[in-house]
Amino acid sequence: MKVARSIAIEAPPAQNPSSGIGWIGPITRWAPLAVVVAILVVAPAFLSEFRMSLLAKFLTFAIVALAIDLVWGYAGMLSLGHGVFFGLGGYAMAMYLKQESSQGSLPDFMSWSGLSTLPVFWEPFAHPWFAIPMAAIIPAALAGGLCYLVVRSRITGVYFSLITQALSLIVSILFIGAQPFTGGTNGITNFQTIFGFPLILDETRMGLYYATIVVFVMAYLLCRWTVTSRFGTLLVALRDDENRVRFFGYDPVQLKVFVFALSAGISGMAGALFTAQVGIISPAMMGIVPSIEMVVWVAVGGRGTLMGAVIGAILVNSAKSGFSEAFPDLWQAVFGAMLVGSVVFLPQGVAGAMKSAVLLVRSRLKQA
Amino acid sequence: MKASHVFRFIAGPALSLALVAGCAPAAGTGGGSGSTIKVGVLHSLSGTMAISETSVRDATLLAIEEINAKGGVLGKKIEPVIEDGASDWPTFAEKAKKLIQKDQVAVVFGCWTSASRKAVLPVFESLKSLLFYPVQYEGLEKSPNIFYTGATTNQQIVPAVEYLLAQGKKKMYLLGSDYVFPRTSNKIIKLQLEAQGGQLVGEEYTPLGHTDYTTVVSKILAAKPDVVFNTLNGDSNVAFFKQLKSAGNTPDKIQTMSVSIAEEETRGIGPENLVGHLVAWNYYQTTDTPENKKFVAAYKAKYGQNRVTDDPIEAGYLGVYLWAKAVEKAGSTDVEKVRAAAKGIEFAAPGGMVTVDGDNQHIYKTVRMGRVRADGLIDEISASPKPVKPDPYLEGKNYPWAKSLKP
Amino acid sequence: MEFAVLQAFNAISVSSILLLIALGLAFSFGLMGVINMAHGEFIMIGAYTAYAIQNLAAPAMVNGVETQNDLMFLLALPVAFLVAGAGGMVLERLLIRHLYERALDTLLATWGVGLMLQQLARFIFGAPNVQVVTPSWLTGGLVISDDVTLPAKRMFIVALVTVCIAAITFFLYRTAAGRRLRAVMQNRDMASSLGVATRQVDSLTFALGSGLAGVAGCAVALIGPIGPALGTYYIVDAFMVVIFGGVGQLLGTVIAALGIGSLNVAFELGSTAVVGKVMVFVMVILFLQWKPSGLLALRTR
Repeated sequence: MKVARSIAIEAPPAQNPSSGIGWIGPITRWAPLAVVVAILVVAPAFLSEFRMSLLAKFLTFAIVALAIDLVWGYAGMLSLGHGVFFGLGGYAMAMYLKQESSQGSLPDFMSWSGLSTLPVFWEPFAHPWFAIPMAAIIPAALAGGLCYLVVRSRITGVYFSLITQALSLIVSILFIGAQPFTGGTNGITNFQTIFGFPLILDETRMGLYYATIVVFVMAYLLCRWTVTSRFGTLLVALRDDENRVRFFGYDPVQLKVFVFALSAGISGMAGALFTAQVGIISPAMMGIVPSIEMVVWVAVGGRGTLMGAVIGAILVNSAKSGFSEAFPDLWQAVFGAMLVGSVVFLPQGVAGAMKSAVLLVRSRLKQA
Repeated sequence: MKASHVFRFIAGPALSLALVAGCAPAAGTGGGSGSTIKVGVLHSLSGTMAISETSVRDATLLAIEEINAKGGVLGKKIEPVIEDGASDWPTFAEKAKKLIQKDQVAVVFGCWTSASRKAVLPVFESLKSLLFYPVQYEGLEKSPNIFYTGATTNQQIVPAVEYLLAQGKKKMYLLGSDYVFPRTSNKIIKLQLEAQGGQLVGEEYTPLGHTDYTTVVSKILAAKPDVVFNTLNGDSNVAFFKQLKSAGNTPDKIQTMSVSIAEEETRGIGPENLVGHLVAWNYYQTTDTPENKKFVAAYKAKYGQNRVTDDPIEAGYLGVYLWAKAVEKAGSTDVEKVRAAAKGIEFAAPGGMVTVDGDNQHIYKTVRMGRVRADGLIDEISASPKPVKPDPYLEGKNYPWAKSLKP
Repeated sequence: MEFAVLQAFNAISVSSILLLIALGLAFSFGLMGVINMAHGEFIMIGAYTAYAIQNLAAPAMVNGVETQNDLMFLLALPVAFLVAGAGGMVLERLLIRHLYERALDTLLATWGVGLMLQQLARFIFGAPNVQVVTPSWLTGGLVISDDVTLPAKRMFIVALVTVCIAAITFFLYRTAAGRRLRAVMQNRDMASSLGVATRQVDSLTFALGSGLAGVAGCAVALIGPIGPALGTYYIVDAFMVVIFGGVGQLLGTVIAALGIGSLNVAFELGSTAVVGKVMVFVMVILFLQWKPSGLLALRTR
């Protein structure tokens, strides 16, 4: 395990002194991000409205994939509960959007669930400047708290995964049960405006799309900074040998809690953007299956490389979208096969395979 | 240059390829061509809801085929565009958008759960399109862009409670899955019980997919109700009825009245666990009308002799006919013209005559109480003398007790 | 009083189901440290086996009603054990063996296998639920009073679990294969160097765990729905039992199942099923603060 995984660590950003051309380092380091952003920025010119809405959705998924990669690929904690953090961010956003759309009256689902006044904890969410930060803070707090309890008693590995899985079951049951406050299985939907701009207008949708690109870039930079810093090195060390890190005098609990909360916060922001653009958030997004699906994006794309996670999120969701249009009955089996195949044959995902291919070609060239 | 740098050079373009592959328009043209009218059919063909929804899709397609065989509408054939909602509400919204924007369909037939309907509702309203929704639901909604061809509360739940009270079954236990339909229905039932002299002896909600009813069953047996009003959903019904029976209950001790169990579901639950229990719908496979004999025969001929028809299947079938009639009357598929023309349109459906109520776009339906037989089919034991006017907000003079429901 | 008796029986009954579904999982997890996410699908295989076996025999007409052969259900138990066990062995040979020491990858891969098995079931048996007819000797119950009947099905399941536990104990402590298994569980490297074929033991253990899931499938077929997604209803509960009980000790699993089952019944009785589920989760997390490796963990050397 330890040997196999270490290839996946993204190379440190150190310059290669022997190359003699110092400027190529920064260029190659930032080129992929620049290319991706350039494509995303010009995409609206080429895609239909429907395809644009898909792209916007996939981009929010890519942000979650980054967050999962951070905790799984780097810190070695496989979370099967990121759907919850994504969903909590989505609900925070939905609480704002719903109140703005209801224009002071009681949100529709509350009145048919038997409430006559707005619950107190809903009130501050009427202000976007409260709701949007909360979309990151609430998931981060929950993740941090749970992670503290779990990690403190040195529960790791599959135990950690199973507990996060139970979390996604429990939270989705709770959200379904608390119908007067959360809209139950229906979730929260039917939003009209955001910051006063009607959501059906193309201009508003474009604005949201570009906001998603900005958040995506920020999330990428944040994750990158985290993994290339000394802190990131510690995370990888933690993944590979936790006891040794402990003997060096670091506290694994603090490290893990911090990175898990960070990851949950990023997922929450993605959820908020998802809700604004797709127009609905429901407990179905928080359950066991979507949470595992999110992990699969990273597994297919390649854990331990940030771009790999992004590629995975977009690849898997494109495949899902295409497949479910052509063969709705088969998607589940294909998805399962994809997962097994990537774990067995591409343990480092698509990105890892591309990397090994490059290495192979280079070594051949050297010999020649 | 280091390998990782090369890798990054490759990763960028690869990602852009992935983006293009994922989002580039698929082959095929949008918009109806001259000789056909495109309509959308949007149901879950995969995931947990597929079991129920594929049958409704089949019925919708049968109706389209029949209408096409008679020359179509406005002299054009109807061309169905089928999409999978995958039992996932955001997917429903996404696919509805695709049908309207990319395929430019004239109308969409589809959805099953209230959650999926609520998810697509803003799409249909903002894009000014039309949805025909085929399933009984909890009422309290009238969107100008939706026609509701299933029952609303005053065509199923309210008369079912009235029937039970008239039979002297006054002590009621409410059991439902924890989601919107049971909670809203039970709110209505509680008001009704209070107004009409019934007695509530218990109320219980279990998580969707719950399979252990040991405790719930013993709570019910301890409360000694005359009847359990059951709004459980899907697989939970199987567990509940198996465990209720094995705890020694029979319908003559504690009766149950279910509003989500139709002929499709009785087979999976096992008729021997259900026989003698009551259900309330607007249509049964056994409903005795000439139209139904033809419908059941056609459905079985097309999809297999072992298939059964039930209420949502019939509602999915009749919706296509109502739309086609409205289009013929309007002389156009334009949404506003079709809506205006649909007012008062009548159709002799398999379940009896139905009429579109212009005010709330629901339909008049006959209410039928039924009892499950040993073979899993359902016998009608009582029916309303004439089709009941739909009243999604229970505003009519018959329901004075429902005042507090209004928002 | 009657109500108390009934509730005590309910607690045992719910626990027995939990134990039955978790037993096989605890077995393979205890030995190999891998979580088999497809465990639920092996339960499903067991349930469908019961259905298929029952339909092998032509239904007889009794008093004008089709009646299934009563004894076929008893036959289904060993067959389900063998079918699911063989499936487990195949899975171990083809997949899990190659992911040795990659526990998290095994978890993901077996989840993928589970999805494929669900699709396979849908392909073979169709998407709608099927029905296993309760044998007539399990339809009644022990009537305690007018209101309280202890269902025969539930008593049968309790008995079935007891038999399973007894058989496993016998196997572990009285047979050579069981001795090897315990040796590998306690110290894999040492056992290996003493000549135990650990890979063979792994394979056997995994087959055994899957076979137990198959037996559990027959049991849940009596009381719940039988469809392609059956496994997903039980799997999380099974994990909770395993985590709570600790690894590698049968007794821990038994106590954990009893504990969770009783808590569940108690909470559900006092409030609702939703609260019951949430409270059990909270209790397990809190308990792990006190005993991180579960109730009874095997001390390994």
